[in-house]
Amino acid sequence: MAQPRDFGFGSEEQMVRDGARKLLRDELPVDRLRTLVAGDHHQAYESEVPPNAWEPRLWESIVGLGWTALWVPESAGGVGMKMVAVAALVEEVGRAALPSPLPATLCATAVLRAADETAAQPWLEQVASGTAATLAWTNAAGSWAPTDTDVTVGTDGTLSGTACFVQEARKTALFVVVARGPEGVGLYVVPKDTAGITITPDRIVDLTRDQAHIRFDGVKPAAVLSAPGTGDGVLAAALPAILTIVAADLCGAAEWQLQTTTEYARVRTQFEKPIGFFQAVKHPIVNMMMAIDRARSITYAAACALDTEPEAALRLARMAKAAASDTAAFCSDRSVQLHGGIGFTWECDVHIWFKRQKHNQVLYGDGPYQRAQLARLY
Amino acid sequence: MSERRVTPEQAEFREYCRSWLAENRPTPPPFRLPISPIEVMTEDQRRYLCAWQKKCHAAGLIGSDYPKEYGGGGHTGFQQIASHEMSKANVPYMINVIGLSMAAPTIREHGTEEQKRRYLPPLFSGEEIWCQGFSEPNAGSDLANVQASAVRQGDHWVINGHKVWTSLAHFASWMIMICRTSSDHKYNGLTYFLVPIANTKGVTVRPLIKITGETGFNEVFFEDVVVPDTMRVDEVGKGWTVAMTTLTYERGAAEGAGSGGGVSLDDQLASLVGLAKKLGRWDDPVVRDKVMELAVRAEGLRQNTRRGRVATLIEHPMRVPLQQKVTITELVQDMAKVALEIEGAHATLYMNDPAAPDGGHWPLAYLNSYGMTIAAGSNEIQRNILGERVLGMAKSK
Repeated sequence: MAQPRDFGFGSEEQMVRDGARKLLRDELPVDRLRTLVAGDHHQAYESEVPPNAWEPRLWESIVGLGWTALWVPESAGGVGMKMVAVAALVEEVGRAALPSPLPATLCATAVLRAADETAAQPWLEQVASGTAATLAWTNAAGSWAPTDTDVTVGTDGTLSGTACFVQEARKTALFVVVARGPEGVGLYVVPKDTAGITITPDRIVDLTRDQAHIRFDGVKPAAVLSAPGTGDGVLAAALPAILTIVAADLCGAAEWQLQTTTEYARVRTQFEKPIGFFQAVKHPIVNMMMAIDRARSITYAAACALDTEPEAALRLARMAKAAASDTAAFCSDRSVQLHGGIGFTWECDVHIWFKRQKHNQVLYGDGPYQRAQLARLY
Repeated sequence: MSERRVTPEQAEFREYCRSWLAENRPTPPPFRLPISPIEVMTEDQRRYLCAWQKKCHAAGLIGSDYPKEYGGGGHTGFQQIASHEMSKANVPYMINVIGLSMAAPTIREHGTEEQKRRYLPPLFSGEEIWCQGFSEPNAGSDLANVQASAVRQGDHWVINGHKVWTSLAHFASWMIMICRTSSDHKYNGLTYFLVPIANTKGVTVRPLIKITGETGFNEVFFEDVVVPDTMRVDEVGKGWTVAMTTLTYERGAAEGAGSGGGVSLDDQLASLVGLAKKLGRWDDPVVRDKVMELAVRAEGLRQNTRRGRVATLIEHPMRVPLQQKVTITELVQDMAKVALEIEGAHATLYMNDPAAPDGGHWPLAYLNSYGMTIAAGSNEIQRNILGERVLGMAKSK
């Protein structure tokens, strides 16, 4: 096997994971998260401007700990750690349902790493020093194919059109924009405060992030990351990492759903017994665990492939995203159902994770989408 | 299992296994071999497979991690390599599967020095086949309800009872058996024995017919069968503890004395894709989705085995190993189920029909797959164990 048997998960990677787990447990316990994102249901879904609930102070600590620099190469001022460390870190982020631009920034990092080194260097340096970034990629129809972008680049090099489903648009400062020209797809870096940009927040189900569509009216990009005709190749190269990042978030959140539902089955009593006694409750919870372990193992294999066996990365990353998306759907479903009446209420925390899962499930393609792509390899 | 890297000796052994298997692959037999070793029925099949196991043992691919004085290779970490290479090489399976994966590790952990020296060498070489006498008509999921009795008479025990689901009993020399030695305690009233069943006075082996229409397992009757006390394993009343060791290995949660061979999951998956293409169904997106769903599960199983050995990436040491029996048996079952969906009208055709795709393999595999989801503790019992031991939920009994 070309990959190390332990996925390359050594003591340094463990330190990253354990440090993240401790920080998020201390700084974002469930009651704090609930107050932050689900304090008031009117505020969550009916306020004039869709909410963008997060803790910028916690983000400062995260930047201080170097989470945005973790996966940036040392040559660009980063830590240059392995993808397995990234996967382990994002798992913790998902477990805590952390509202933050970290996954979006890591996805943008994947594209910057895949792009021309010289062109990407200054932007990777910015990310390493804590500037949050995101991808402006998807069209109004929600297609994940880069060539379907609705943003075009004019002969004068300016960008026009609308990018939809942009993750964490209000928390990030840099947009990596996918735009189409006569020669094909190019990639551009646009700082958020550039003239001609209009950000319109979407009203979304998930309480732990923001999403928006961004209108570009003759926007002059700060840099061309990939010339027209080369952008889709760069995105294709970045895709396995993007899928792995989202899969890790899904797995971490699913583990929270498993632990929380298991705990409820241990303490909730009906018919004079803890409900976990009943196999109609116990067995689905075990099925949640088995689904998580399958998805998690493939996610680590995909991350390890990115570090050591790139030719296997796309297949494993699609499998990871497929498994993690389906796992998240199943765990979300059972976490609410097995909590019974209380699980259907706003006061029970399971809905926060349920909604985050539903969002991540579809990002960059859900289970059926990934399997359709995988079938082409056979 | 160790999570350290491969030693130079192990790397060299891997190369040796590969070249040996390439040079010594047996010529296919003129008859059909059943899907798994526990369904071996005919004397021709037995002779062919015993010769193959003997050859593998002589080459050091079986019992590799057992001490030399017990017929083993005296190595560490070699068995996993040998088993893996045998699976990859797609060579025939080991007929003495119950001996290798259940009896040997149980004898190694609980047996006396004399028992290890007596029983292990012919077990490894395949000269003596083993079977398992655990299940009874009234002791299935509730295994501790075993009623077959062993009554002490001086230096001997007299056994009476009825065991079922005993694969390979028609070829077996020996049976690992749990008997009731006291009716005062359910769990602590059991004792574990190694019982000779070939040409033994009072033992009757009768074939049971499976839902496939094939034989392949049996029921065994014991009528005043006398065995010496030297065939008892561990203490009187400790049979349940010893049986748990056997079951840990049977359920694949620990590595036995040798396995390998047979059809790998990758090959089964490739057959499934091949079947869909052959029947013109591969362009159907529903078929593709279902087959790819199986491919993802197969990858999950493989990667779980890998992650299960990395202590820092698992929450509970038994969480992943205890899942393996459930996940693999349900995957194999679902592969066959999807194959039948792909076959459509052809799924009605069984073995021996000239028009049956793949010789009627898939209906047979589907029917047969229930043996695996029921055996070794039904998957329902496995889910209880996972929910209780790993997740700490209340016991369902």
